[in-house]
Parts: sequence; C-alpha cells; structure tokens
Amino acid sequence: MAARPLRIVIAKAGLDGHDRGAKVIARALRDAGMEVIYTGLFQTPEQIVQTAIQEDADGIGLSILSGAHMTLFPLVVEQLAAQDAGDIVFFGGGTIPPEDAGALKSAGVRAIFTPGAPLQEIVDFVQRECGKRRELVG
Amino acid sequence: MAHQEAIDALLRDFAARKPRALARAISWGESGRAAELIRRLYAKTGSALTIGLTGPPGVGKSTLSSALVRKARSFGKTVGVVSVDPSSPFSHGALLGDRIRLTEHFTDEGVFIRSMASRGHLGGLAGATADAVLLMDAFGLDVVLIETVGVGQSEIEIAELAHTVLVALQPGSGDSIQVLKAGIMEIADIFVVNKADHPMANQLRREIRSMMEMLNFPGWIPELVTTQALAGEGIDDLWGAIERHVAYLNETGEIEEKRRQAFLHQVRQLALGRLERRLDAELSQDRSHGVDPYAAADRILDAFGGSPEAGGDDVRTARPRATVKGLT
Repeated sequence: MAARPLRIVIAKAGLDGHDRGAKVIARALRDAGMEVIYTGLFQTPEQIVQTAIQEDADGIGLSILSGAHMTLFPLVVEQLAAQDAGDIVFFGGGTIPPEDAGALKSAGVRAIFTPGAPLQEIVDFVQRECGKRRELVG
Repeated sequence: MAHQEAIDALLRDFAARKPRALARAISWGESGRAAELIRRLYAKTGSALTIGLTGPPGVGKSTLSSALVRKARSFGKTVGVVSVDPSSPFSHGALLGDRIRLTEHFTDEGVFIRSMASRGHLGGLAGATADAVLLMDAFGLDVVLIETVGVGQSEIEIAELAHTVLVALQPGSGDSIQVLKAGIMEIADIFVVNKADHPMANQLRREIRSMMEMLNFPGWIPELVTTQALAGEGIDDLWGAIERHVAYLNETGEIEEKRRQAFLHQVRQLALGRLERRLDAELSQDRSHGVDPYAAADRILDAFGGSPEAGGDDVRTARPRATVKGLT
C-alpha cells in the first residue's frame, strides 16, 4: 500500500492579507506530493489549531507579513499545547527579523523561513520533520 | 497484535468524543487500516442523515455547505462535513481549499470538517469517503454533509452514498441541451440554482423546469430551489426541501433502500479494490503473448479459481455505477 501523503495546514493569521507567499509554499508542498489544507485569510490561532486537529495534519505552516509574529506564533504554540497537539510540527515564514526568529524558535516554533529561503529547503524541512512525526504517530 | 492496543486507545478516545480520535480514525480509513475500527464501531452507525452536494467547479458548493451548516446548527444539530478536492495525477499532492468558505465554523464544537484528497479515485469522491461518513455517523454527528470535487457531467458516485443529493448549478453555463444530458442531471433530489443574482438565473430555472416536465418520475419529484449562498438567501427554502425529501424517504420506507444502497456501494468498492490488487499482481506475472486479450483474461481468471462465463464480458458494467433515478 502506498504511504499516505503528508498533510500540512497552511494558514494566514490576524489582519494580514498578503497571501502570495503562503500560496507559493502551498503549491510547492503540493508539487512535492503533500496534501495541503489552505485555511484562507484572517484566522485566529484557535481556528488554525482546530483545523489541524480535525484534518489530522502532520504540520502547520503559518505565514505572517504584518509584523504581529511575536504575538501570533506564541499563541499558536500555546493552543497546540492546550489541545495536547504538540506533536504537530509548527513552522512559519514571513518578514521576521533574525533576533525575533531566534526567540520564536526557543518558544517552540520549529523553523522560521524568511524571504529568499529556497523552496527546496522548505520542502526538505517539511518532509523530514513531518515525516518523523508520521513515523511516531502512525 | 501490537496494533490492537492502538485500536483500543483510539476507541476509548472516540467514545469520549474527542475530535482528535475521529480525525485519526478517518486517516486510518485513508490508509486502508480502518477495517477493525469500522467493525467495532459499525453498530453505532445508521442514525446520521447524509446529504450529498455536487456540481461543477466554482458553482458555490463550499459556500452552500457553510450556509447549510449554519442552518443545521441553528436547530442544534451537530454536523460533519467531508469535502473532497482532486489529487494531482502527477505529484499525488493536493491543494484542499474548501475550508476557506467554512471558517466561521472552525471553532464550533458541534462541527467537524475534514478535507479529503481524491487520491486518484474517480466518481467525484475519495476512496475513503464512505469510511469517513461511517465514522462521523458513529461519532454521533446528526448530519453528514458530503461535498464532491467540482464535477463534470458523469461523476455520480455521490448518488450511491447520500440519502439526499443536491445538484448545484450555475446560471450562464451552457444552453438548454446541457440540462438534458445524461449523468449528473439525473441524480438530483434537489436542484439548487445558486448565484441567483446572475442575470441568467431565471433562464436556467426555466430550462430545468422544462427538462423535468419531459420526464416521468415514479416517486420523488426533484425540487428546484434558488439560492444566493454567499448572502444566505434561499437557504431556508433549501433546508425545507431537504426536510421534505427526508420525510418522503421515511414515509415511503425508501430510506432503508438508500442505506442498503450505500452499504452495497461500499462493499462493492472494497471487494473491487481487493480484486483489482489481485488482478494487478497476476498481470505483473503475465508473460502470455501470441494470445488474444479475451484468452489472456480467461487464463488470469482461471488462476482466481473462478471459471469465467463465456460471453459474460460486458464493458458497460466494468466501471463503478450509480443508480439512475427519475427515469422509467
């Protein structure tokens, strides 16, 4: 039996209408053979985490270009913990200064990709980390 | 087996109505590992109302779904949504975007939404859709809404799975011959003309009406409802039509036939899937040359232990079917 494709939620949160990056990532993951669930714009952290749970997602990718990353990323981490869903690989991208990216990673975001990150690097990360999660939970 | 513990744990969480357990169970269905789970949950199924929603891409199926979920929730009913989008035949990946129209229900505990990639399955659904419907039913959801991929004219598998089939159509998408064509136009219990604000909405209504006048319906006569799902208009009418259809199914006892049909459909699918894998295995071993295809087929079927009937090859029955309704 063929392995079930990885399932990844790609989300946009808060008051941020710039979804080009999210769509490019969604497309790249799709072309790498993954099933990408796109939530659409203006999601709350609760909505994103509920989506990931119902979709049995292996990972969540959150794109933020509005400057609210220091608020929204930790809220998603918090929600994941509250829902006992810390096994879901949470990563993000956007216009995030290096010092913030460092802080977010220590707060539980597994990776932060900034403008200019090669798509292949992102695809490889998702395949590797979400693949590990899949091996654990089956 | 080691798997047994995982099943027991999942069933415990499932019984405690944890959404994660339902999500996991559906994933098991998608990877063909739900047999034991379904066996143990099957007695709990049979109470959900299943509504199928189909129509061409962009007609507003997800927007209609969202409006119907809102309506069902206003009566306090819990709702499951299974929404199918196509998988890429090249990468096997998929972009599942139906949730975009359903965001208002994401944090409603009475709503469970699952996007599903078709994974090469034809017919407008995914191979695991039937499992997902059973699992949502066993989970105790009152209504299960099944949204097909955006369909063309002949993907009518939904008619086998759903109790009530809604066919959504959009104005301005073809002349009067389109509504006369076979396939999707024959499976509707309710026609939904969405985007009622479109200048050609009335014309489409007239065409559907005159098409129906030409036909002879032995039982249920399909209803025609006009909606503008985005504005929530016509949804009361649509819900009313669904209720009338369900009442009809219950009064005539046809609901039992529908359940039987959905059951047989899944049995047929499962059996076909297994046969196909066996067949593929045989075919990969097949080294016959110099024989005609019929003789080669005979030889392979002999290996299955069943002697094929001569002249029994009917290519018309070689594909998944759907019951054709509304025609006598």
